[in-house]
Amino acid sequence: MTREIIIQALISGLLMGFIYALVAAGLSLIFGLMEIVNFAHGEFMMLSMYTTFWLYTLFGLDPLFAIPICIALLFVIGVVTHYGIIRHILDAPMLVQITATFGLAIFLRSLAQFLWSADYRVIDDPIVSGRIEIWGIYLGLPQVVASAGCLLAFGFLYYFVNRTETGIALQATAQDREAAGLMGIQTDRMFALGWGIGAACVGVAGALISSYYMVFPDVGIIFALLAYVTVAMGGFGSLIGALIAGIAIGLIEAAGAILVSPAFKYGIIFLCYLVVVLLRPKGLFGRF
Amino acid sequence: MVTEGSDTRIVTPRRLGGRIPLILLSVAALVFPWVFEDAHTQHVLIMIFIYGLMALGWNIIAGYCGQISLGQAIFFGIGAYSTSFLFANFGITPWIGMLFGVAVSLVVAVGIGLPTLRLRGHYFAIATLVIGEITQTIFINWEYVGGATGIWIPIVWDDPWYTFQFHDSKIPTYYIGLAFLTGGLAFTYWMERSKLGLYFRAIRDEPDAASSLGVNLGRYKLLAFMIAATFASLAGSQFAQYILVIDPDTVFPLLLSILIVLMTMLGGLGQIWGPVVGAAVLLPISEATRIYFGGQGGAEDLMIYGFLIVIISVFYPRGLFGLIERLIKRRDNAGS
Amino acid sequence: MLAVNYLNKSFGGLQANQNINFEVAEGEILGVIGPNGAGKSTLFDLVTGFEKPDSGDVLFLGKSILGLRPDQINRLGIGRTFQKLKPFPQMTVEENVMVGLMQHVSQMNEAREEAHRYLEFVGLIDKMSVYAHGLSTGQRKRLELARAMASRPKLLLLDEVTGGVDQKTVPELVSLVERLRTEGTTVVLIEHNMKVLMSLADHVVALHLGQQIAYGRPQEIQAHKQVIESYLGASYA
Repeated sequence: MTREIIIQALISGLLMGFIYALVAAGLSLIFGLMEIVNFAHGEFMMLSMYTTFWLYTLFGLDPLFAIPICIALLFVIGVVTHYGIIRHILDAPMLVQITATFGLAIFLRSLAQFLWSADYRVIDDPIVSGRIEIWGIYLGLPQVVASAGCLLAFGFLYYFVNRTETGIALQATAQDREAAGLMGIQTDRMFALGWGIGAACVGVAGALISSYYMVFPDVGIIFALLAYVTVAMGGFGSLIGALIAGIAIGLIEAAGAILVSPAFKYGIIFLCYLVVVLLRPKGLFGRF
Repeated sequence: MVTEGSDTRIVTPRRLGGRIPLILLSVAALVFPWVFEDAHTQHVLIMIFIYGLMALGWNIIAGYCGQISLGQAIFFGIGAYSTSFLFANFGITPWIGMLFGVAVSLVVAVGIGLPTLRLRGHYFAIATLVIGEITQTIFINWEYVGGATGIWIPIVWDDPWYTFQFHDSKIPTYYIGLAFLTGGLAFTYWMERSKLGLYFRAIRDEPDAASSLGVNLGRYKLLAFMIAATFASLAGSQFAQYILVIDPDTVFPLLLSILIVLMTMLGGLGQIWGPVVGAAVLLPISEATRIYFGGQGGAEDLMIYGFLIVIISVFYPRGLFGLIERLIKRRDNAGS
Repeated sequence: MLAVNYLNKSFGGLQANQNINFEVAEGEILGVIGPNGAGKSTLFDLVTGFEKPDSGDVLFLGKSILGLRPDQINRLGIGRTFQKLKPFPQMTVEENVMVGLMQHVSQMNEAREEAHRYLEFVGLIDKMSVYAHGLSTGQRKRLELARAMASRPKLLLLDEVTGGVDQKTVPELVSLVERLRTEGTTVVLIEHNMKVLMSLADHVVALHLGQQIAYGRPQEIQAHKQVIESYLGASYA
């Protein structure tokens, strides 16, 4: 095994890590806001990928230009999910919250299979394609663009949550629902906004990776699983935790694939998760 | 919400109609295969028994003890692999294989439960979920037990009660399934009225208060987890002996763990009959849609499952039993 | 019976308990007072094993109970209630009380009968088959008391028995605590209501910002300058 292969794998892992971080950030945001884990997060991502695919196939719209449409669509899906489902189960037992979003996940996944079949689809000729060489290391251009896009989106999200008035209202709601309500923040709208933004995160990620990743009904599962692990590792509700854990998971995945076996790369990630969570039950950067 | 001080009595079996419906139901279950000889109907009933048993176990760890395990397929798979592997490789009767499966499941349950049951809420749920995924990965790559292709149980025509293979009729499988399910129900019934049930529910409702009253949280959570593992393992063994072909994708999938959750939710969490009612409603729906849509793999049944579960979670979180309870209360109020 | 020896506990930078040091004799009622955030509930959590102290020791019947789990401490004979009430909402009142009994009796019927005695004691017997989530705050307080009594403790730690209940109920709860003593239970009582404390307690510990500022007979505490400043002054002036 040459050094180039290892470096190449690690850089791919790092790139993948940025994508995981954005997906996890969406999940973490929602959890931080209302302590609900969105088990349909992966399916939201799947919807974004199909949207990109169909825009390309039916209208010839390149995935790059599908991004704003996906953001808007997923934002709406997130908001609708809040008003249609989540608002009614805010104070319900955790199990009910789990099954409600899990039910939604199963529904969306099978709806996709029903409407578009279980076939694997690919966008065969996106604008961003080919590969680039940097210091003797070859990287797929779509991967680089997708990761850069996710990192950029993450930056926006971080800025929004920490620097804008709405973002700070969002944080206030996350910290103390009642106090925020007393301060005149309309918490219900904050929750809806949180769901919109959380879903928009996978809108971006889904659109970006569609240019090189297969699109099929179950595609969200692994991203969602990794996002749960990322969020649990980074600490529920912590954006920086999601970024660091996302990168860590990308690197572990890449290292696991070359050092152990590609078949076990996710198994190794899950093991790492267990070790972290058992040693630090609230995750590495947990606020709760 | 119940208003303060209002009458919120428990629905006991007597209030739900007493012993007579129970006796009628038992008789119906016993004569069923002689009345409905059609193999397909019997098949659906057998699946209800098998999944119902597994869901009964989940009801104990989650419904009674409040620990949301999303990895019950681990034990279903262990049960299925134990009988199949021992029979296919050493000709050991599945009855012993079943016991072996339970033993392995218990050891695994302790191994998983000891560290993870200390985690609260979502962390435990996600931990069991990822352990389930790890287990599936291990079995897919474990060539000694067949790897991704799994195990084909050799077909034997002689001595069906030794081989646990009934090729002439589904009736023996039906009664075995019914017997195990009845055992599971009886256990739940006994447990609900014992110290065990009291402790489980106390842990579910307020773990801190329970431990301030002398309840050893770790021990009793682990016990509930082991009971659930046993039920799932027994269900898995029966499933393997019924289908005769198993692979990691059919006995270890995440979807199976989730399906059990959905059944229990649908019927009524923490209710003795909840899981069985849920299984008895969901599985026929699944079969019916599969027939109606011609089984093209369009996932229509799952679509309906998913939709139902969202509706139930949002509007009837106490499941069908909660609904019945509400109707009875309305009837009582109208009568008084 | 209970000796609290120089207990220290901090959360992050916050000193929740600092050198807390007192003893409780058998059969007495000890009152704990202090404004909100004085560290009273933390003290209970340290004694009952819900929190681990940074330093110091807790002796019960002459033996250290440090490092034991809450359930082990309860089985040794210390019962408690919680300031933020924690009934088992989806269990009946009767079942709530039975939980603590199961460490002593093996038969459910036996436990049920004994549970009725405690429910009778606190005046909740007619609510025994009601789910606990349907109770009023006053009823929940009584339920917590009955439930803690059911584990047959030698020492009972009561966290704000009269807090948050209406004025009519206060004397009833006070007489319940008095009866507890006559029946031989030692009681440590966190109490905001000075009048209640003066009539009930044999000794009082006053806490302020995690520090023990006074220990003595109720009259002494009432006259203690620092106590008046920090506590009575704050809420009674």
